[in-house]
Amino acid sequence: MSALLEVKNLSVDIPLAAGMLHPVQKVNFHVDKGETLCIVGESGCGKSLTSLALMNLLPKKAIRAGDGILFDGDDLLKASHREMASLRGNRMGMIFQEPMTSLNPSFTIGNQMEEIMLQHRKVSRQEARDRAVYLLEKVGITGAHRRLGQYPHQLSGGLRQRVMIAMTLMCGPDLIIADEPTTALDVTIQAQILLLLAELQREFDMALILITHDLGIVARVADRVAVMYAGQVVEQGTVEQVFEQPLHPYTRGLLTCIPIPGKTKRGTHLGSIPGMVPSMIGGIQGCHFRDRCPHAFSDCLSNSVELRSIDEQRAYRCLLSPEESARQAAAMEAAQ
Amino acid sequence: MLNFMTKRLFVAALVAFTVSVIAFSLLRLSGDLATMIAGEDASAQDIEIIREQYGLNKPYHLQYLDWLGDGVQGDLGESMFYPEEVTALIKDRLPNTLTLAGLGVLFAMGLAIPMGVIAALRPDSWVDRTALTIAVLGQALPGFWFALMLMFVFGLFLRWLPISGNETLAHFILPAISLGYYSTPAVMRLTRTGMLEVLNSDYIRTAHAKGLPTFVILFKHALRNAIIPVVALSSVQFGNMLGGSVVTETVFQIQGIGHLAWESISRNDFPVVQAVLLLVACFYIVLVLLGDLLNAWLDPRLRVT
Repeated sequence: MSALLEVKNLSVDIPLAAGMLHPVQKVNFHVDKGETLCIVGESGCGKSLTSLALMNLLPKKAIRAGDGILFDGDDLLKASHREMASLRGNRMGMIFQEPMTSLNPSFTIGNQMEEIMLQHRKVSRQEARDRAVYLLEKVGITGAHRRLGQYPHQLSGGLRQRVMIAMTLMCGPDLIIADEPTTALDVTIQAQILLLLAELQREFDMALILITHDLGIVARVADRVAVMYAGQVVEQGTVEQVFEQPLHPYTRGLLTCIPIPGKTKRGTHLGSIPGMVPSMIGGIQGCHFRDRCPHAFSDCLSNSVELRSIDEQRAYRCLLSPEESARQAAAMEAAQ
Repeated sequence: MLNFMTKRLFVAALVAFTVSVIAFSLLRLSGDLATMIAGEDASAQDIEIIREQYGLNKPYHLQYLDWLGDGVQGDLGESMFYPEEVTALIKDRLPNTLTLAGLGVLFAMGLAIPMGVIAALRPDSWVDRTALTIAVLGQALPGFWFALMLMFVFGLFLRWLPISGNETLAHFILPAISLGYYSTPAVMRLTRTGMLEVLNSDYIRTAHAKGLPTFVILFKHALRNAIIPVVALSSVQFGNMLGGSVVTETVFQIQGIGHLAWESISRNDFPVVQAVLLLVACFYIVLVLLGDLLNAWLDPRLRVT
């Protein structure tokens, strides 16, 4: 499998009055054709900005840097405004967190869906309309014809997010980036939407970058996982590897926080990670996680901690060897 | 949509009724009309005759009903100064005011909306600051002084445009600029704020994510939403121009209804004052109503309420 998207040392900096904010720091990952990569991490870890940086949709003040964002061989960091616009919506699509405000209130669903295809493909309005109806049915919206004439305010949040998904699919993109697409929705609908997304990803053979903190969903839909903490990727691997054998103390902490069907034993206490994400204004010396890490020792403060690759898939960012940190974790669990 | 329109029409009719009562009462509150009409040297007997003749001896509510009944039939009484019916007088003057206010609005919108959009695209740049300066000047300069400056520069010095009268369309250009300039700042600031807010909204980010060209994003997705409050403001500004063109019409000697109102007030020509007051108010109501309907057309969310 060849990589569809390869991100090399991507950084985002935002100048603030208090100093330079480094929300994304030398992030590396890749996505293969037709696979699902989940990026997980808590709020403020830089996962949303990473996704916006890929699409070049960062806020104006933000500065994007890196050694390359290779999309099918082309470096998006070097792409012109025009080249980027011809990729966006066409070969790469994005679904946002806020379905309530992500659609234009003044235009009908049909208009907004058709426009994306009329922009990128040589099709008639009728063909675009047919495609829109087909996709609305695909995402489980009944009465698709009638919906085309409706305005966003006439639809519920769940329906709007389905419309967003259908709209993103209009041009049959190779890659979809979904940035916490269900955070704003009712709990009952969240899983439905995520599973729908995973189903469409398989059916249309697209690559999907799903940004979420729902580890239960990650376990069900991801091929590979990247865990982010304080602007850095701290662990990467296939979903089995990460869930069975987390290498980074943060990942281990995350996994004890959330009940995962079939993994968490009934009756055991759910964990929590004490402390707070460090401020990312100015540089942080050493390991970003050390203040909250149960295994932290003096070297964690002084040495800069690099991402260590074990093999092509697997990497982690910790000074302790996987065996050592696993041994310590087991000892702590036994002590409780 | 039908429901929405019925509601708005009903409210408009109520406002029109209230305004007619106020127009009627205000003049009666300003003193004894019969005494004013008769003049300073009139005898008590003369005043009594006038009171009889104009029906001023009847109770107020009957006077109002008479006036309203005639008014609905197009008879607003006779002027006390001109040997003409008030209706004919207004029919004669109104086109001038409408031309003036119409051109004024066109000038204001044509200047303010593009300036607001450009300022919003480059906030805090020199373009934004220039636009702001132009706007603040418009608000700060006294209307009559600005009018005189226009006359001086374009009329007397450059000799490009006529400065007085209303014979040709060219006569209306300077007055329209002078009248419209005053509305520019409000419209510009509102366009700028609206555009800034809309450009930061999630659906504009979506439009970018769809790979749409910048001008489609700006003029389809952004302006359509940013213009909604501007439409409401503009209809009110247009109304203001119709009623508030007294100074401009006087300075430029345009025979419009603002000028007529001013003359008539100084001559105690109360049937004319009453009629002009009512007419301007009705225009105002119709404009606000049109603004509402235009907004409902622009913003589908308004149609349900």
